[in-house]
Amino acid sequence: MRLDAHIPGGPITEKWDRYRFDLKLVNPANKRKFDIIVVGTGLAGGSAAASLAELGYHVKSFCIQDSPRRAHSIAAQGGINAAKNYTNEGDSIWRLFYDTIKGGDFRSREANVYRLAQISNNIIDQCVAQGVPFARDYGGRLANRSFGGAQVQRTFYAKGQTGQQLLLGAYGALSRQVAAGGVTLYPRREMLELVIVNGQARGIVVRNLVTGEIETHAAHAVVLSTGGYGNVFFLSTNAMGSNVTAAFRAYRKGALFANPCFTQIHPTCIPVHGSYQSKLTLMSESLRNDGRVWVPKTPNDPRKPGDIPESERYYYLEEKYPSFGNLVPRDVASRNAKFICDQGMGVGETGLAVYLDFADVIKRDGRAAVEKKYGNLFQMYEKITGQSPYEQPMMIYPAIHYTMGGLWVDYNLMSNIDGLFVLGEANFSDHGANRLGASALMQGLADGYFVLPYTIGGYLAGTQLADVTTSHPVFAQMVNDANDRIQRLLSINGRRTVDTFHRQLGSILWDYCGMSRNNEGLAKAKGMVQELRNEFWEDVRIPGQPRDFNQSLERAGRVADFLEFAELMIVDAEARQESCGAHFNEAYQTDENEALRDDEHFCHVSAWGYTGSDSPPEQIIEPLSFEYVPLTQRSYK
Amino acid sequence: MTERTIRLTLKIWRQKSAAEKGRLETYHADNISSDMSFLEMIDVVNEQLALDDREPIAFDHDCREGICGMCGAVVNGRPHGPEKGTTLCQLHMRHFNNGDTIVIEPWRSRAFPIIKDLVVNRGALDTLIQSGGYISVNTGAAQEANTTLIPQEKSEAAMDAATCIGCGACVAACPNASAMLFVGAKVSHLGLLPQGRPEAARRALRMVRQMDQLGFGNCSNERECEAECPKEISITNIARLNREFLKAGFFSSSS
Repeated sequence: MRLDAHIPGGPITEKWDRYRFDLKLVNPANKRKFDIIVVGTGLAGGSAAASLAELGYHVKSFCIQDSPRRAHSIAAQGGINAAKNYTNEGDSIWRLFYDTIKGGDFRSREANVYRLAQISNNIIDQCVAQGVPFARDYGGRLANRSFGGAQVQRTFYAKGQTGQQLLLGAYGALSRQVAAGGVTLYPRREMLELVIVNGQARGIVVRNLVTGEIETHAAHAVVLSTGGYGNVFFLSTNAMGSNVTAAFRAYRKGALFANPCFTQIHPTCIPVHGSYQSKLTLMSESLRNDGRVWVPKTPNDPRKPGDIPESERYYYLEEKYPSFGNLVPRDVASRNAKFICDQGMGVGETGLAVYLDFADVIKRDGRAAVEKKYGNLFQMYEKITGQSPYEQPMMIYPAIHYTMGGLWVDYNLMSNIDGLFVLGEANFSDHGANRLGASALMQGLADGYFVLPYTIGGYLAGTQLADVTTSHPVFAQMVNDANDRIQRLLSINGRRTVDTFHRQLGSILWDYCGMSRNNEGLAKAKGMVQELRNEFWEDVRIPGQPRDFNQSLERAGRVADFLEFAELMIVDAEARQESCGAHFNEAYQTDENEALRDDEHFCHVSAWGYTGSDSPPEQIIEPLSFEYVPLTQRSYK
Repeated sequence: MTERTIRLTLKIWRQKSAAEKGRLETYHADNISSDMSFLEMIDVVNEQLALDDREPIAFDHDCREGICGMCGAVVNGRPHGPEKGTTLCQLHMRHFNNGDTIVIEPWRSRAFPIIKDLVVNRGALDTLIQSGGYISVNTGAAQEANTTLIPQEKSEAAMDAATCIGCGACVAACPNASAMLFVGAKVSHLGLLPQGRPEAARRALRMVRQMDQLGFGNCSNERECEAECPKEISITNIARLNREFLKAGFFSSSS
């Protein structure tokens, strides 16, 4: 198979404008003749469903939660980037583009990233018009703050709840279209199969999570905006329900999965504290604006942090990276925390933590100012740990947070399956090997508000689409497949619960395919995952009935997919014999322990095609070329 | 943070479906760490139930960091439990003592029918938002973001109201099962901002009418909603809603 990303010609600054002009249009009266399925209601799915309905398409919107407003985008804390240059620091579309390409360690597409930077400003305008209460200065204008990987303040924020406010904006727009009749909502539905007719995505099979019934839905195109797969690690900052199933089911039907080993470890999370723990909590990167990361120079220093004098503290980020300091990109900050702790210099009961200290900013600006900026984050930290960050430094440690890999898409955000579009975290396209902070919200909303509504029109206008209803035999076959799988899961009736398998899978991946990887460990992990998968299918116990509200069954289906998917991640990590961004293979590092890329052999996207549950996936390469940002070793010194 | 291990007796509402009768059943939870969250405690109970071939307790939850609004149960008579400004997922077991008995029930309201055990259908809250809880602006129709200046305090007041997570605790706490705090928060969030003013009257009228139709009760100033709201949304938002509603009723010709 040859992969064509359909990048339009012309200079990068003009590609998107020219392309939009070249795209075929669906005339307004004809739009109502098209049905579009959108799976997921986060920033990408919610904004897409609302925008498509505004244009006149018939939209069916699905989510696994009880309401579209609960998609995991809601939990994003820190902010959203845009190249407004309100701060007069010399920001520009070009600089945002440059920072994002560099932050992604040269493993993303220039054309996509440039478009993202162009659109960033429209997003802020749109959100303000919707009533998103972004932070403002005393003059009533929008305020900005800094985030990692950038030397300008371009991040817009609403306290530590930016994702919530942006999602409520999209949810409002979606709700308006529900009332207007353009969108039909299907909450508490989980997509189990993608339906392909004549090579085109034409529908989905879902399980109604309340009744357990299997339902079918047909459409002219299917949009997946189902988020990332961070929960393959069990412990992550993702919501408990976040999963890979929709994307993985599409992969099994022929959609290519790109760069699955690119998983982001966020440097500032509350450390793991017990074997019963169900999830990890992020402390927004915005805290690194004012918080200073350090450990005592003497390992196992028994003193309280406040009693350790400045001269005996090791501010390792500030010392190693004087120009970016505490605001180095996430992969760099995470790896440094791990190195420090691996050397025995970590703090806390487990030794797997470093300090994030606010004493200086509290002294400088006063407690009230700090409370205004970070109040809700400090409160959350205190609720979980029982300690107040106003009085002693936070203890933090990296945790799985975001997945840059995802289904392969072209410039139109369409996968290699005609009519299957993939948006937001579920696709792979814009963040390369490492996502910069405040860029996920930007990408999700760019995809949903300002990219898909145009490109899907081009597809629908230029494609022959046969009449397909849910009575087409492929639907019946997919319903059978879904039912068989559920029956198979329930009939195992073994001795271990779903969660024990999930935890075990997570710990294998964290140890061998996490922040730092090596070939020996990856090979070992592959065997362990295969063994665990076999055991799962022989020994899992799932209580309850299929035609019922059955949360154990929901989790079992997701973990079954994670077990298969985990192997794909490992295969991808093994194939990429270099280090780049968040993918750090210990054999490839600079003298200063930074990721060492091999641009001669790996300046490409690895897209993987499914060949069967027990046969190795097929690798298809999309070469990347950098015409505008020269390939260089990243430096944040 | 000193970790303790405690033993609890749990009385938990079990109900197979909306059609069947429910009842409180008793469970014992041993070896509960004081560092666990409340939901992690239920996870532990559920793991054991699954191994004993009994059906685990159904409960809604997702982000487990207090923002998605998915979780919630009435704990010892109080929505989201005894801690102020805390969702159930952020409630930690360090606030309980060894030997405690904890009663756990679903939200109780006519507008929130029970689906199973602790899970209720809160679709009525979505229907309320659909009746007007938004600003009507199509994608692409926005002006430059800094064109409209919004005083910082206005913006912050709007943000405080917009913090609502839509969990439904206010309804569960209210003796009348009223959704006035939920509606008041949305009407305030949008009405405080200049962008939201053109539709302010219509929004207030429609949302209040919809609330009545959905079977939510009236507000009789009990203030239980404010006391139990995990995001500490103030009842001044209800006062603001009442003002908008009255103004709309007196001065507007829209119906």
